[in-house]
Amino acid sequence: MTDYILLIVACIFVNNILLMQYLGNCPFLGVSKKMETAVGMAMAVIFVLVMAGAITWIVDVYLLKTFGLEYLRTLSFILVIASLVQFVEMFLRKSIPGLYAGLGIFLPLITTNCAVMGVCLINIMEEYSFTQALVASFSYAVGFGLALVLFAGVRERIILARVPKPLQDTSIGLVTAGMLSLAFFAFKGMV
Amino acid sequence: MAKTAVQEFTKGLWAEIPPFRLVLGLCPVLAVTKTVENGIGMGVATTFVLICSNILISLLRNVIPKKVRIACFIVVIATFVTVVELVMQAFAYPLFLKLGIFIPLIVVNCIVLGRAEAFAAKNGVVASFADGLGIGVGFTLSLTALAIVREILGNGTFYDIPVFGPSFEPFSFMVQAPGAFVCLGLMLCIMNMLGKK
Repeated sequence: MTDYILLIVACIFVNNILLMQYLGNCPFLGVSKKMETAVGMAMAVIFVLVMAGAITWIVDVYLLKTFGLEYLRTLSFILVIASLVQFVEMFLRKSIPGLYAGLGIFLPLITTNCAVMGVCLINIMEEYSFTQALVASFSYAVGFGLALVLFAGVRERIILARVPKPLQDTSIGLVTAGMLSLAFFAFKGMV
Repeated sequence: MAKTAVQEFTKGLWAEIPPFRLVLGLCPVLAVTKTVENGIGMGVATTFVLICSNILISLLRNVIPKKVRIACFIVVIATFVTVVELVMQAFAYPLFLKLGIFIPLIVVNCIVLGRAEAFAAKNGVVASFADGLGIGVGFTLSLTALAIVREILGNGTFYDIPVFGPSFEPFSFMVQAPGAFVCLGLMLCIMNMLGKK
């Protein structure tokens, strides 16, 4: 049990996917200008990442490793993720329109979100068991959401500040992300 | 024809240099620029994928159905990434280990897919090759520039050769995650200042 708690803390804070592992930075800067879009993106990532983590683990262990096809990992993972995203989109549109209205526009973006693919690859490289992979995927996704929402909060304030012209927009965004990353740096060595 | 190809090439070097002008594909930029060697290695690998996928997608642009084009692009890109992965395992194993997860992640680098969608799907083979080469070289230059700053300040070395005397205290903030963000942010700011008319 303690193992899992440590894993969760490690994935959310210590190895935060956005600020410590540098994965998923495009949506991090792209959708963090407003709190609403940030929350939508965070939810969509949590939703997809848990499913992708589980499915890619099964594909890797039961298909690729059994038949010695590890060199096809990159190709098969991206196909799994792309088709999963497409499937989730279709499913949500038909059966849960309310949720689709909230997450819909973020789903296509997730295919090229390197956080999803990155976590799937990390799960395999760390040789996690199925439950560990599931817990890790969920915790990484929560860490992604946490960082994204915090960052969106900071960015909404920055709009009100008087920023020098060359520093505006992405530039100040990156510096802010650096400061946020510095804050997360304090968790290092905790686990 | 030749003139336009040259234009497509040069625009990647300044006017649309990634990741500064096209803010795409930031993850490898931040992650692998701890040392100059990693930065160049990543840049070359991405350039190769970019050129090959641009050429192939441009050749197939009339065959690929509109509705499933993104999926087709991804398959093409993933194939070339697998090629790079295998070649690097065979000939540059230490570098492959250092770059680790970021080699397979070229697949989801938005620059590659972005160029396929925005350029190669609409233009001829020569122009697409020039575009891929230009953007790729621009990307490599940016990675190298960032890596030079970070390695010299953070490690006191350039390509593993010490630059300062033994009394130099490394500015270790620069090689850590926070330094990557701040450094890229400030470089973007400098680019904006220089680019102002």
